[in-house]
Amino acid sequence: MKLLKSIVMSSMLAAASFSASAKTEVINGAGASFPHPIYAKWAEEYQKETGIRINYQAIGSGGGIRQITAKTVDFGASDAPLNEERLDKEEMIQFPMVMGAIVPVINVPGIEPGALKLTGEVLADIYLGKIKKWNDERITALNPDLEIPAQAIYVVHRSDGSGTTYNFTDYLSQISPEWSENIGRNTDITWPKAATTIGGNGNAGVANFVGRTRGAIGYVEYAFAKQNDLTYTQLASADGKFLKPSMETFQAAAANADWQNAPGFELLLNNQPGADSWPMTAATFILMHKDQADAEKAEQIIDFFEWSYENGGELAEGLDYIPMPESVVNMVENVWKEDLTSNGQTIIK
Amino acid sequence: MPSAIKGDSIFYRLSFTSAILIFLVLIGIILSLIDGGWLALSEFGPGFVFRNVWDPVNSEFGAASAIYGTLVSSLIAIVIAIPVGLGTAVFLAELAPDWISRPVSMAIELLAAVPSIIYGMWGLFVFAPWFSEGFQFWALENLVGLPLIGHWFDGPPIGIGLLTAGIILSFMILPIITALTRDALKTIPNVVREAAYGVGATPYEVITRVLLPSIKNAAVGAGILGLGRALGETMAVAFVIGGANRIETSLFMPASSISSTIAQQFNEATNEMHISALISLGLVLFVLTFIVMGAARLLLRKR
Repeated sequence: MKLLKSIVMSSMLAAASFSASAKTEVINGAGASFPHPIYAKWAEEYQKETGIRINYQAIGSGGGIRQITAKTVDFGASDAPLNEERLDKEEMIQFPMVMGAIVPVINVPGIEPGALKLTGEVLADIYLGKIKKWNDERITALNPDLEIPAQAIYVVHRSDGSGTTYNFTDYLSQISPEWSENIGRNTDITWPKAATTIGGNGNAGVANFVGRTRGAIGYVEYAFAKQNDLTYTQLASADGKFLKPSMETFQAAAANADWQNAPGFELLLNNQPGADSWPMTAATFILMHKDQADAEKAEQIIDFFEWSYENGGELAEGLDYIPMPESVVNMVENVWKEDLTSNGQTIIK
Repeated sequence: MPSAIKGDSIFYRLSFTSAILIFLVLIGIILSLIDGGWLALSEFGPGFVFRNVWDPVNSEFGAASAIYGTLVSSLIAIVIAIPVGLGTAVFLAELAPDWISRPVSMAIELLAAVPSIIYGMWGLFVFAPWFSEGFQFWALENLVGLPLIGHWFDGPPIGIGLLTAGIILSFMILPIITALTRDALKTIPNVVREAAYGVGATPYEVITRVLLPSIKNAAVGAGILGLGRALGETMAVAFVIGGANRIETSLFMPASSISSTIAQQFNEATNEMHISALISLGLVLFVLTFIVMGAARLLLRKR
């Protein structure tokens, strides 16, 4: 009898604990592929600590926006921020989660990593096809100490639509009126005909072409340049100081950004003021609906993002991402408190 | 025998339903492509097909450059693959001793099983550098001056572009063409060969006058299947074509095909018109494939 009782008791306990664990749902997100490595890392660590599973699918920014608009996922992710008008129309909030940096990489015989100095204007004119040789006087004037060969320039770009292209072309648009007028910014653009262009598939494709084509210049995410030992260049900051890409110069850009005056956090971090701000840094964004059907689940989702802001900085830096500055995190937390509702009630206290 | 008649009618209905189902699926695909692409189709009209502009920034789209890239890369593939495939098939079926033809046949069938993305990666990392060093530099020096075809080879020797895409495609469709043609040759009864040799024909005459004409339909069918694969192939092309949405007379220049454009831009497209234009491209590919296939069948019938 005692045995039977204990069996019943233990099976009830098991059932209770099972239902408790069944309650911790899976949180589904989808979107940009650029932050996928860090979201996956955070999700892994977060599951170890809390048992809650975050399932993030890297389907591209456009896919992320489509999925969250259709409410097939709990949150969407995009490298290209939505503007205020579209956010209002879809009744969504948007906040920056983590940042990355873009660096120019080159293949010029005799030039060491970090040796060549470029300005945004020169970079834009190279991509516009107005500077066609590496020993163009505008490049040699910036680099009087370097021996630069008379080598034709091949411009390498992403052939797939990408957030990296979006941010790179945004930077060129800010720097060069001609770029802004004739070419513009997008995840995919019509590349200028005057330049000899090569399209590579993904960061790997761009790296491959730059690596083996003499005279090539391309742009990749910093993590990619670092891990593959590519020949990166220096770049002049908005204040004219030449910088090497590093976590310090990236963080300076993040700290100097004017988030306060960016409705819906629609801010691209390129060309930020400050002598030490690396000119090509960009945040990647999370999208959620303002009105949440399930308050409890919404709270779980926000818990994960909050945990990532507070505990994920080191993990992010380890993967060469830049954590959001605390001032921005505070602003995001206010948005959560004010705008996230369920049945008319705010969710986050 | 009522049960046999009943069986017949069930069988008839089943096969009839299957046939109708194919049509319904086809119509469903067309309707959903039209629905998804309506925004772009109504904006640009039928001229969408002929417009040579692809500008996501200003939401100006046209399919001409992608259609050009698709047709030219497929044409290059067919021009290379049909003679080589036919030659290989004849050698394997008629000329090679068993100890060569068996392993080679097996290798060719394995080649057909290689996923297209592997061809793309191989094309990008192995073939393109070799092609650049081994052919393009030579072509730039020696071929560019030629009349008529010189400008085909006038471009940066970077190993990728329309020509590379066409060559990679030809490798991909070679196994289909070879295997189907070889199997067709093998189905010809031996008495046919014996009779031809009996009247004093040489092996060359037997193959070109007797065997090949009798498998003409099968060979053309193999070519059409290969062409179909070349027109729709996506990932392998996306890796090596260079992704430039413009029409260039040089085969060395980066270009793009319809399917590579869709695959590369769809995921990151955030603007509704851009997405709609990409879906319209899908519709264009659908129709284009029908036209090319139909034309190929007509050609076959006329001869």
